[in-house]
Amino acid sequence: MDDIQKNLLQQVAGLHEVPAGAYNIRANGESVGRATTAHIDIVTKEDRQGIDIIIKPGTKNESIHIPVVLSQSGLTEMVYNDFYVGDDCDVTIVAGCGIHNGGDEESKHDGIHAFYVGKNSHIKYVEKHYGSGDGRGKRIMNPQTIVELDEGSFMEMETVQIRGVDSTKRTTNAKLGDRARLIITERLMTHGSQRAESFFQVDLDGADSSANLISRSVAKEDSYQLFVSKMNGNNRCAAHSECDAIIMDNARISAIPEVTANHLDAALIHEAAIGKIAGEQITKLMTLGLTEEEAEAQIVNGFLK
Amino acid sequence: MLELQNLSFQVSDKDSPQKEIIKNISLKFDDHTFIAITGPNGGGKSTLAKLIMGIEKPTSGKILFNGLDITDMDITKRAKLGISFAFQQPVRFKGIKVKDLIALAFGSSLSTNGACEYLSKVGLCARDYINRDVDGSLSGGELKRIEIATIIARNTPLSVFDEPEAGIDLWSFNNLIKVFEEMHEARSNSLIIISHQERILNIADEIVVVSDGQIASRGCREDILPELLNGAGGCKFYQ
Repeated sequence: MDDIQKNLLQQVAGLHEVPAGAYNIRANGESVGRATTAHIDIVTKEDRQGIDIIIKPGTKNESIHIPVVLSQSGLTEMVYNDFYVGDDCDVTIVAGCGIHNGGDEESKHDGIHAFYVGKNSHIKYVEKHYGSGDGRGKRIMNPQTIVELDEGSFMEMETVQIRGVDSTKRTTNAKLGDRARLIITERLMTHGSQRAESFFQVDLDGADSSANLISRSVAKEDSYQLFVSKMNGNNRCAAHSECDAIIMDNARISAIPEVTANHLDAALIHEAAIGKIAGEQITKLMTLGLTEEEAEAQIVNGFLK
Repeated sequence: MLELQNLSFQVSDKDSPQKEIIKNISLKFDDHTFIAITGPNGGGKSTLAKLIMGIEKPTSGKILFNGLDITDMDITKRAKLGISFAFQQPVRFKGIKVKDLIALAFGSSLSTNGACEYLSKVGLCARDYINRDVDGSLSGGELKRIEIATIIARNTPLSVFDEPEAGIDLWSFNNLIKVFEEMHEARSNSLIIISHQERILNIADEIVVVSDGQIASRGCREDILPELLNGAGGCKFYQ
C-alpha cells in the first residue's frame, strides 16, 4: 500500500500497521490483506463482490477489521459484507471507508453490511467515513446496514463522518428479537456543498426489546443534512431516538422522526433539536480567554466528541 | 486596578426609544480589594458587571484596567489581561465535560487531580462530577458551583461575580462564603461581587450601592451596611 492508502487506513480504522485478530483490507477494489483466526473465518463471495465473515459461537474478546480504501479516481464499487455471528459471542468489528480523490472523476463506494447476530451475543460495530484529495471528482459513500438481533443479543453501532465526503446516503434497518438491545450513535459534520442523508428504521418485534438512536450533527457552510428515523414498537418494548443538530452559515437540516406503537406496552420517545450555537456559550468561553473562532471550534468539537 | 469614567449605557426598545440603564457612573477600585455591589433589582448592577467584562459595550465613557483603556477591547482581550466573570445563570454545554471547562479556564492542560481540587473548593465531590457534561443533567446549584470553580481556576487579578449566591443551597452557601474569604485573605487579587446577601456584604472591604443606574452610596461596610439594614438610603429591599 502507498502512503495515501496508509493515511486513509489510519483515518478510518486507526490502524498504523496490520491489526491483531481477523482482518480484511480492501484497497482500490481488491483484497490486499486478510487474516482469519481459529474462531473467525472470512470467505470471499462467489456470486458478487464482498465477503462472508463467520464468527463461531462462543467467540469472546476478538476483533475484526474490514476497512476499505479508495485512492484511484473514478473507481465505483458495490460491496456486500455479511456477518454471521454465532450465539454467546462478544466481538468488536471495525469497518470504515476512506476515499482519496485527486482526479476529476467520481469515486464511489457503496457497502452493504448485514449482521445476523445469534442469541445473547454482544457486538460493537464502529464505522468511520473519511474523504481527502483536492480533485474535482466527488467522493461518494452510500452505506447500508442491515441488523437482525436474536434473543438477548446486544449491538452497539457507532458511525462517524467528520470530513471530506461529498455525498452520503446512509440506510440502517434493524429488527430486534426478544430482549434484544440496539444502541446507534451517529456523529456527522458536513461542510462546503456536501449532502448527507440518514435513514433509520428499527422494528422492535421482540418482547422487552429496546433501541436507542442518538444522532449528533453539525452542518456548516452550504451543506445539507436529512435525518429520518422510524421506530416501530411491535411488542412490549422501549425506544428512544434523539437528533441534535447545530446549524451554521447557510446550511440546511431536516429532521423527520416517526414513532409508531403497534402494541399497548410500546414506550417510544423521539427528541429533535436543531439550532445555531447559543451566543452565551461563545461568550462564556471568550471570558475564559478563547477567541470567538476558538470558542466555536471548542463547542463543535465537544458536541461531536 | 479598575476605573470607570463617566460610564453610561443606553438601550432602545419600542416603548421608550432610549432607556438609560447606567447613568454616568464614575468609580475607582484599588488593588487587592473586595468590593460588593448591591442595590435593588433592576438598578443596573448586572449591566455594570457586563460592561466591565466587555459583554456589553458602553454608550459613552471609559473603562481603565491597570491604567490601560480597555473600553474598545473585546471579551477575549479583557480575559487575557486578567479579568474573570462568573455568570449569574451559568451556561450549559452539550459535550463539554466539567473537567474540560475547568482546564479551559486554567488555560493549559490540567491533571484530573488539579481539576478535582477546584471542584472540592466549591463543595463538590470531584469524582462524581469530573467526567460529566456541563449540560442539563446538572442542577442549577451544581452548575453554579462549577461556574465559580472556573473562576478560581483562572486565578486572575480581577474577578467579577454576578450574584454568586443565586440558586445555591444553604449548605453550599456557607462553603461559598469560605471561598470568598480565602480569596480575599490571599490578597493577591481583587474581587467585585454583585450580591444581595448580607453575609457577602459583611466580608467586603467596601460596599457600592447602585440604584436606578447611579451610585446611591459608597463606603466601607461599617458605614454602609447598617444603613442598608436599617432601610436607609432607599434600600427597603434589605429590611
